[in-house]
Amino acid sequence: MKKFKEKLSGRIFFIFALSSISVLALITVFIIVKGAPIIAKVGFFNFVFGMKWSPSQGEFGIFPMIIGSVSVTLGAAALGVPIGICCSIFLAEFAPAKMREFFRPAIQLLAGIPSVVYGFWGLLFIVPFIRNFFGGPGLSILAGAIILAIMTLPTIISISEVSLLALPRQYKEGALALGLNHWQTIWSVLLPAAKSGIVAAVILGIGRAVGETMAVIMVLGNAVAVPLSILDPVRTLTTNIGIEMGYASGEHQQALFATGIVLFVIIMLLNSFAQYITRKR
Amino acid sequence: MKININSKLMTQDSKPGLPSSPSGSPLDSRQSVKIKTDRLSLHYGSFQALKDISFDIPKCAITAIIGPSGCGKSTLLRVFNRMNDLIPGVRVEGKVTLDDLSIYEKTVDVVSLRKRVGMVFQKPNPFPMSIFDNIAIGPKSYGIKDKQELNNIVRWSLTQVALWNDLKDNLKKSSLDLSPEQQQRLCIARTLAGEPEVILFDESCSALDPEATMKIEELMVDLAKKYTIIIVTHNMEQALRVSDMAAFMMIEEDKAGRLVEYEKTNIMFSNPKDKRTEDYITGRFG
Repeated sequence: MKKFKEKLSGRIFFIFALSSISVLALITVFIIVKGAPIIAKVGFFNFVFGMKWSPSQGEFGIFPMIIGSVSVTLGAAALGVPIGICCSIFLAEFAPAKMREFFRPAIQLLAGIPSVVYGFWGLLFIVPFIRNFFGGPGLSILAGAIILAIMTLPTIISISEVSLLALPRQYKEGALALGLNHWQTIWSVLLPAAKSGIVAAVILGIGRAVGETMAVIMVLGNAVAVPLSILDPVRTLTTNIGIEMGYASGEHQQALFATGIVLFVIIMLLNSFAQYITRKR
Repeated sequence: MKININSKLMTQDSKPGLPSSPSGSPLDSRQSVKIKTDRLSLHYGSFQALKDISFDIPKCAITAIIGPSGCGKSTLLRVFNRMNDLIPGVRVEGKVTLDDLSIYEKTVDVVSLRKRVGMVFQKPNPFPMSIFDNIAIGPKSYGIKDKQELNNIVRWSLTQVALWNDLKDNLKKSSLDLSPEQQQRLCIARTLAGEPEVILFDESCSALDPEATMKIEELMVDLAKKYTIIIVTHNMEQALRVSDMAAFMMIEEDKAGRLVEYEKTNIMFSNPKDKRTEDYITGRFG
């Protein structure tokens, strides 16, 4: 009887675990079934590298949006990665215990702010700021990059900090005993030793930036064109779906699902790369 | 633990037995003092770990600090390169001098002190990088950029610890792939690359097997020709085999470590003055 009970409880947990995986499978299949036909019809090359997106005329090229996603993400990484890593070094190595106790939950809170609030705040503060000081429409790659940089900080900071704190104490003691100063110890021993964790943190942060929709939809301007400067408006893969899904039908809708496939693949690649790097140690 | 008196006599053969000077210091007048502590006390917050320790450590010799677990041996060792500074709430009283430098003065640069006083730890702690980088990291951070000079330093350091012939073709290999003994040798080489004057060994053989221990001990004896060496060990035979001077420490009721007896190793082990020293080295406690 006891054995039966244990077996039963094991089965029940298994079913719940299975249900979360099966949702993933369902979504994947659904996106592919909905999106693949249009890629087949237009041609993979024309779809991914096509310059013109005009669904009403049957033109489905998403290249400007790929450029949009890449440029906004790179911008976010350029701003967010140095700040995030420096912040994690500060927390792991310099901050007194009390300050750390204040900083950590504050950074976690940053992750808890709804993305639409970030977008709204960006629209009201960052966009006018850019328009006034740098010119252009304000709705731009730069605005999106700033918002996304802030949104990736919690991921980058907490994972980098954990990987720095997880290093054996002997590394630090050994380096200091050699007569390296604190900064040299961090730069030439601790950071290289924590490299894989920090790289994983950066990739996961970037993954978050690629997938973000709501926050950037409000500040990017959403023009379907290849940008010439960081002050130009762009449309990303995510915002393309977010903007047009409401009214799309037929082939247009299929093309949006196909956009989803591309996005899905990019994020899968980033995540598996992050996993590969952390496993490699 | 049983001490083999014969083996002691054999190891001490090479060192001329010299009588203690009458001044109270067990050092001979011919031996110059490298490190001197004068009424050294150390507190962790409200806890006193070391009390009133005064002794002179001779230059180019091996001094062993022995005593039961928790008596403050490692704490005392870490006074000499100020590694205790890493622990919040540490307070040091009294005076510690390295040659003429009082190392706890406010004006002392801890980083350059640690270049003069190197340390080898209990567990081999090579950095997770190549063998070459492990050794070059010190000199690089002291400002040596010339590739040829770094090559020479790496070669010289590895030769000192008898690793050069085994590793010269694998300098790019990760240090973590080495055996524990080789790792500990690498750590010693890394310390030598900084050209220290004093080397502290904190139970540096306790993670090694007996054969590797013997080899590291031979290396220590060899290094003592040029460097002042201080070791902490809980292994009586080891203290007897390698050290010239022995300092026996114990805690009393207040839990603070004190220096009970400081003597030439052969004298302490054959004729301890203090009853507690005798009890400890003959294995009656500890």
